[in-house]
Amino acid sequence: MTDARAQRASIASDPRWRAFLYQTALAAALIGLVALAWSNAVANMQARGVPMGFGFWNDTAGFDINQTLIPFSALSTYGRAFWVGLLNTLLVAVISIALATPLGFAVGLARLSPNWLLSRLALVYVELTRNTPLLLQIVFWYNAVLKTLPQPRQSLSVAGVVFLNNRGLYLPRPVFGDGAWIIGVALAFALALVVALAVAGRRRRVETGRPSSDVWSALALVVGAPIVAFFAAGRPIGVEFAQLVGFNLRGGAEIHPEFAALTLGLVIYTAGFIAEIVRAGVNAVPAGQSEAAAALGLHRRLALRLVVTPQALRLITPPLTSQYLNIIKNSSLAVFVGYPDLVLVFAGTVLNQTHAAMQVMAVTMGVYLAISLIVSFALNLFDARNALKER
Amino acid sequence: MADVAYVRARSGPTLPPPLMRRGPVGWARANLFSSRLSSAATLAIFALCAWALPELFVWAVTRAVWSAPDGALCRAHQDGACWAFIAHKLDYFRYGSYPQGQRWRVDSVEAIGAVLIVWLLWPRAPRRGFAAVLFFIVYPIVGFVLLHGAVSLRLPLVDSQLWGGVFVSLLTALVGIVFSLPIGVLLALGRRSRLPVVKAASVVFIECVRGVPFIAVLFMAENMLPLFLPLGWMLDRFLPPLVGTVLFAAAYLAEEVRGGLQALPRGQYEGAQALGLGYWRMTGLVILPQALALVIPGIVNNFIGLFKDTTLVASVGMVDFLAAIDNSFKDPAWSGPTLLTTGYAFAALFYFVFCYGMSRYSAAIERRLAPGKRQ
Repeated sequence: MTDARAQRASIASDPRWRAFLYQTALAAALIGLVALAWSNAVANMQARGVPMGFGFWNDTAGFDINQTLIPFSALSTYGRAFWVGLLNTLLVAVISIALATPLGFAVGLARLSPNWLLSRLALVYVELTRNTPLLLQIVFWYNAVLKTLPQPRQSLSVAGVVFLNNRGLYLPRPVFGDGAWIIGVALAFALALVVALAVAGRRRRVETGRPSSDVWSALALVVGAPIVAFFAAGRPIGVEFAQLVGFNLRGGAEIHPEFAALTLGLVIYTAGFIAEIVRAGVNAVPAGQSEAAAALGLHRRLALRLVVTPQALRLITPPLTSQYLNIIKNSSLAVFVGYPDLVLVFAGTVLNQTHAAMQVMAVTMGVYLAISLIVSFALNLFDARNALKER
Repeated sequence: MADVAYVRARSGPTLPPPLMRRGPVGWARANLFSSRLSSAATLAIFALCAWALPELFVWAVTRAVWSAPDGALCRAHQDGACWAFIAHKLDYFRYGSYPQGQRWRVDSVEAIGAVLIVWLLWPRAPRRGFAAVLFFIVYPIVGFVLLHGAVSLRLPLVDSQLWGGVFVSLLTALVGIVFSLPIGVLLALGRRSRLPVVKAASVVFIECVRGVPFIAVLFMAENMLPLFLPLGWMLDRFLPPLVGTVLFAAAYLAEEVRGGLQALPRGQYEGAQALGLGYWRMTGLVILPQALALVIPGIVNNFIGLFKDTTLVASVGMVDFLAAIDNSFKDPAWSGPTLLTTGYAFAALFYFVFCYGMSRYSAAIERRLAPGKRQ
C-alpha cells in the first residue's frame, strides 16, 4: 500500500514528468499562436492582393535615391534598392564608429583628468548628451544648423576649396589618372616594410632587452613612399573642385546634410556613452596596479601603456561592443532626416510600394540580426585574445 | 675621526617654504595649474567659458523675446530666443489636440501617475506593495477610462487621433514600463529556466528584439500586427506602436532582471527549496523580491532610455512632444529662424530635467545597494 501511494505521488510530482507537461503545453500554445497568426496573415494578404513570395525582388523600383554607393536609377530593381540601403546603413555606421570612438575616449580621459575645469567640462558634455534624446540631437543638427546655412550662391567657403551651404559640404575630390596604381603599390610596400621592421624590432627587444620602437621613421616611410611614387609616376592624381553652376554647386566630393546630421548626432551622442565606459573601465583598475608599476620604476606614461591600459581595455571592450551595436541600430533614425538607409529605403519605400510587409520586415530584421551577430562574434574573438590567461 | 672624509661645517642655503597646499591658491595650483599642459587647458577652457556663457545669457535672457502676439517680433530679434513662441504653444505641447474642456482628464491622469511613482520609488514610503498593485493593475484601467472616455460615466469619447504632446510621450513610456515589467520578469525567468523549450523561446525572443532597431520594431508592429488579426478587425491607431514599445522594452528589461537573478547567491535558492517551497512560491516569495530590489537602478536607467526612445514613435504617426514641437514650426504666423533653436532648446531642457532627475535617483539607489552599505 505504501508502495502504491509512493507510485501515485511520483507521477503527480515527478519533476521530469511535469517539465515535459509544461514544455509541451508551451510549445503547443506557441505553435498554435503562430499558426493562427500565419493563417490570418495569409487570408489578409490574399484579401488585399499582396504578393506572397519574393517575386517583387526583381521588379523595377521606379523611384530614385539621391545618395548611393552603387549606381541606382528609377529603372533599377527592388533588390538593388535593398543593397543601396544596406550599404548606406553600413557607411554611416562605420564612419560614426570610427569618429565616436576617439571622441569618446578623449572625453572619458578628460573626465579623469586632474585638471578640475577639464573634468567638469567633460562631465557637462556627458550629462548633456546622455540625457537628451538622440532624435532631438539629430533633428537639431539637421533643421536648426545645417538647413539654416546660406544658399549655394552665398556658400561659406574656405579659400575657394571647401564650400559649405544648405545643400551640403563640398570637398575637393581626387581624380585618379593612369598610373595612380603605382602610388597604391608604394603605400602597400611601405606598410609591409613597417610591419616587418616592427616584428623584427620586437624580436630584438625580447632577445636583448633593448627598446626598439622608431615611430618617426615608420611614419616617414608610410608618408614618404607614396609622395616619392606620386612624383616618379608623373603626378597621376589630379584634384577636382566644386564649382557654382546655375543655382547649385557641381563637382567635388559632396557630403549631404542628411548624412552629416545623422553622423554628427550619432557621434556626439554615442561618444557620451563611450566616455562613461572608458571612465568606469580606467577607474576599475585598482590603484595598486599603477603603484606597483611605479615601484618597479616604470615611467608614468609607460605604466599607463603597459599596466593600466591593457587591464582597463579588458573591462571596456564588452560594453563598447554594445555601443557599436547601438550605433548600427540607431542609424535607422535616418528615417527622420531622409537619409536613404536600409529602414527608409527598404522597410519604408519598398514596403509601401509592394505592400509585401511580411517579406520586407523579415529581411530587414534578418539583416540587423546578422550584423549584430557578426559584430558581437568579432569582438568576442578580440576579448578572448585579451582575456586574462589563467591556469 | 681621521676616517671621516667630509663633515659639513656650515649650514646650507635656506630652502624656500613649501608651496601652499591649502586654501584657494593651493587648490588652484593642484587642480588647475599642476603642469604646463594643465595650465594651458585651464586657460583655454576659461576663455571658452568667458566667451560662450555671456553669449548664451544674452541669447536666452537679455535679447530674448518674452511675449509677443505672433512671430513678427521674433523675426526682428534674430539674435535672441523666442520664448513667446513657447508660451503661445505650451498648451499644444502639453496636450496636442486634446479638446480644450477635457484637458483636466489628462492632468489628473498625470497627477495620479506622479503620486503613484513617487510612492513606489521612495525607499521609505509605507506599503509599497499596495502602491505596486495600484500602479500596475488599477492605474492602467483608470487611466484608459479617463483618457479615452466612457459614455456611461459621462466622459465624452476622445479619439486617439487628437492625442499629442508631452502626455503622449509620458503615456508611451508609462505603458511601456507598466506592461513590459511583468513580461520582462517572465522572460528573464524563462531564460534561466532548466526547461529547454521555455529557455529557447525566451532566448529567441529576447535576442531577436534586442538585435533590431526600435524603429524596425515599430514599423513591424505597424505593418504586421494588422495582418496577424482575423480579417476585418480594425486596430486603434495607437495600439500597434504601444504593442511595439512594450515588446521592445520587455526584451531589455528581461536582461536587466536576469542580472538581478544571477546576482543572488545560490544559498537563497537552496534555502527556499530546503523549506519545501515549490518553484513559483520560491520565485515569488524569496527570489523576485530580492532580485527586483537589486535591479531598481537598472530598471530606472532602462526607463530613461525608453523615455528618450519614445521620440521615435513619431515615425509611425504618433504626435509625441518632439513631434508636437516640429509640427508647431509649420505655423505660418510663427515662422522664423530663431524658433527652431528656441523650440529645440526647450525640448532639450525638458528631456534633460526629466532624464537627469531619474538618473540621479537611480545613482542614489545604487549607492544604497552598494556592497558594505546595504541597509
